[in-house]
Amino acid sequence: MSEPKMSRDGAFIGASVRRREDPRLLTGAGRFVDDIELTGQLHAQFVRSKVAFGRILDVDLEATRATPGVVAAFAADDLVMAPIAALLDRPFEQFRPTEMPVLAHDTVRFIGEPIAIVVARTPYAAEDGVEAARVEYETFDAIVSTDAALAHGARRLHDGAPDNVFVDVSLFDTPGLDEAFERAAQVVEMTIDSGRQNALPLETRAALAEWDERESQLVLHTPTQVPHLVRTATAASIGVPERAVRVIVPDMGGGFGLKCVVGREEIAVAAAAKRVGKPVKWIEDRKDALTASFLAREQRYVARAAFAADGEFLAFECDVVCDMGAYSCYPFTAGIEPLMASGEMPGVYRLGAYRVRGRAVATNKAPTAPYRGVSRPQYVMLLEQIMDQAGRQLRMDPLDVRRRNLITEFPYTSINNITYDPGSYLESLDLCEQMVREEGWFERQAEARAQGRHIGIGFACFSERTGYGSSAFAARKMLVVPGFDISDIRMDLDGTVTVTSGTMSHGQSHETTMAQIVADGLQLDISRVKLHQGDTDRITYGFGTFASRSAVIGGSAVQLAARALGEDLLEIAAHLMETNLDNLELRDGSVHRRDTPDERLTFEEIARVAYLEAHRLPKGVSPGLHATASFDVTNDGTFSNATQAAVVELDPDTGAVKILRYFCVEDCGVAINPQVVEGQARGGIAQGIAGALFEEVTYDANGEPSCASFMDYCIPTAMEMPDIRLAHLETPCIYNETGAKGAGEGGTIGAVGTILGAVNNALEPTGTLLERTPITPRAVHAAMTGGTR
Amino acid sequence: MSERHLIELQVNGEPHELLVEARETLVDVLRHRVGATGTHVACEHGICGACTVLIDGEPARSCLVLGVMADGHEIRTVESLADESGLNDLQEAFTACHSLQCGFCTPGMLMLAEGGIPHLEDTSREEVRELVSANLCRCTGYETIVDAVEQVAQQRRSEDPTVTEGASA
Repeated sequence: MSEPKMSRDGAFIGASVRRREDPRLLTGAGRFVDDIELTGQLHAQFVRSKVAFGRILDVDLEATRATPGVVAAFAADDLVMAPIAALLDRPFEQFRPTEMPVLAHDTVRFIGEPIAIVVARTPYAAEDGVEAARVEYETFDAIVSTDAALAHGARRLHDGAPDNVFVDVSLFDTPGLDEAFERAAQVVEMTIDSGRQNALPLETRAALAEWDERESQLVLHTPTQVPHLVRTATAASIGVPERAVRVIVPDMGGGFGLKCVVGREEIAVAAAAKRVGKPVKWIEDRKDALTASFLAREQRYVARAAFAADGEFLAFECDVVCDMGAYSCYPFTAGIEPLMASGEMPGVYRLGAYRVRGRAVATNKAPTAPYRGVSRPQYVMLLEQIMDQAGRQLRMDPLDVRRRNLITEFPYTSINNITYDPGSYLESLDLCEQMVREEGWFERQAEARAQGRHIGIGFACFSERTGYGSSAFAARKMLVVPGFDISDIRMDLDGTVTVTSGTMSHGQSHETTMAQIVADGLQLDISRVKLHQGDTDRITYGFGTFASRSAVIGGSAVQLAARALGEDLLEIAAHLMETNLDNLELRDGSVHRRDTPDERLTFEEIARVAYLEAHRLPKGVSPGLHATASFDVTNDGTFSNATQAAVVELDPDTGAVKILRYFCVEDCGVAINPQVVEGQARGGIAQGIAGALFEEVTYDANGEPSCASFMDYCIPTAMEMPDIRLAHLETPCIYNETGAKGAGEGGTIGAVGTILGAVNNALEPTGTLLERTPITPRAVHAAMTGGTR
Repeated sequence: MSERHLIELQVNGEPHELLVEARETLVDVLRHRVGATGTHVACEHGICGACTVLIDGEPARSCLVLGVMADGHEIRTVESLADESGLNDLQEAFTACHSLQCGFCTPGMLMLAEGGIPHLEDTSREEVRELVSANLCRCTGYETIVDAVEQVAQQRRSEDPTVTEGASA
């Protein structure tokens, strides 16, 4: 159920245009990496570490190589592959540079780490070969918590990080912070823990590599959110020029951040394919996807917040410790989580004084990659619990504590030095509260409480920086600085348009939304526009799709390219129609004269001249119709915002949390396609609920992950998910071309804190506060009965 | 190398004679020997349902069935749903309701619904939700999938002459 945004008259932007991706995906005609079959193709699997921490004494692949169907097996020393190094330009006390070898050769640092690649005629034979491998280790005690990693005398995972700390930053330290705590009416103390999660795209990671002798080029088909970054890392590792690697991304079954870093396996597959001279395909199985790919979100926030008697948020101090696992991911580095949390708190709230320390700690677990929202679901959960607790301590309505502190005047430069562009922080809270009130939930909660039932209502207010430009990533001191995007547009002689973008859709509907932007920009029908993505040979560079950047940055580049092409069409038409540019306009796939509107040249007629009758072109105009444009964000970016609310009921017998109702009021500026925005919101909220209530990868004392299948890693089904009531506000982005802000992550960012807030609201009569996700039935039951968690 | 068997499958109405390893799963046979790659593999242990196909009309996890076990049976995959006139009602509802994003779970969801709808007793939202809960989707949050399946289940039921009004109430 939703209250849709109004579409603008006659325009494609703002309309819920049917998805152009759907026909092929609905008929089984989509093409994912595993659907591609190359002549002579071989299949790879990996020998993986069975110990969490140890020294490799011997890798014996004799029996593997003798296994029927096995063609080759390579350990680290058998292939030339330089390690992957993700770096920040920060001094040693803030950042310890480390490397991730493509195949482990000396030390193994987590269970599942790749040690050797086995290449065979069938996937089944490759697995036989893996089973036959023998690896001997000298085993060390596994380090499975940040406390153990930071303990004095702990064995170091990396020589480069002597104290097992990848990143350690202390920021802001506003003068007067300690005094603010002293004069505060109330101080709220809160420790929030978040469990380790898997982003879990339904399509696992994959690679299909082939050396093309004719092009002197390694062609790598792989489902990645960042094709050019995979090209750069692969070329550097296997020691070939950048142009000698071509990364192709066909249809892609989700990513959610897990596929926006470079994995070791795709590089190993590329190196193996080059060596054996035949195409090699690797499809990750679910066990490896759960245990040996990239995980996220294992964080602890220890915080103190000072409030005045009227609810003013005076001061905030926080220590953030992120368990990043064994390696730093490329290109973001292990700084991804602590730098996001430290740099972007206190989010939507005005604050007098701020001090934060953020650390990325190395442990013997699968490494961390960005996952939808990156740290923001966790710090929003922290801040929203603090607002609720401040309300309890100050005997104020917790929503009024929020109202007292929400940013309401824009642009606003916060204590964290970020300047926030206009948003609807207060308006979204007011509307969300009104929706909850209209449905009578506050009364129903009071009635339920009187009957001894445990119903809780939780709210979360937040904003999300979307479209991080080069300057934002440079401020993080990344050595590989993502940010801009390039778009290339071409009109063929029949008047149809192909637009190429450096972004990379994997569920976000770019084929539809980018085409909407072009169709409006050129004033032609959307059926005449085709988007191309996912081939590094088709565009010079691009940073793909992550951090809700595609509509904001990629969409703006596409719009600028369309505009440039439109200007070319007008210039040629002016010459052919013997009139001035300002007497012409683009309309209905044609260039029309303004003085005699019936007189026009269709794009097809103009394009025909541009290609087949170039002698008729104006002087100085090159044949063909082609334009390129780029876009970057040079300020602090644009912030989407939302308020979410949940109504939950706790089962006193089982401790189960049932979501009775879910509300979301979102504002992502101009929604290019409202139905797509709603899809992102619903799907994002679902992933937030998953993290709040269900999903966690735990490790035993030996570093053995508990979740090797969907039997132990419980992702929610339709039975656990509520229907969501959505409403929209629109505060357009004033810095970019489309007015659109990012919409990919907000759902997830708000949902974890909303659910925890609702559960804690339901638990209020018990006097217990839960401070950890996932919120297990056991923890809820213990809170309700006074038992142990 | 495991032992091989000659099997006969009807796949979307076409007969196939195939020499398969005993250990080869039906989904691998369909994808890599028959070439029907519309059916996807996402867990290989029968939980996610991405590989759902119809065996003799009933939804089944084709990763939990060996190719040899399907010998002599009739299989329907996602490739059978549309015809020359276009998408079927279920596919049409999925696109209208935005019931898919990345599209990886979609073939399994469609075949689950295609095979499951005839077994629904009252086509209520809760009953449809329970049917959809057999399969996993990571993108949509399920609400729009439930919308599409509910809509088609009710439409098909209203067009079915064997169902009398209020029969299952």
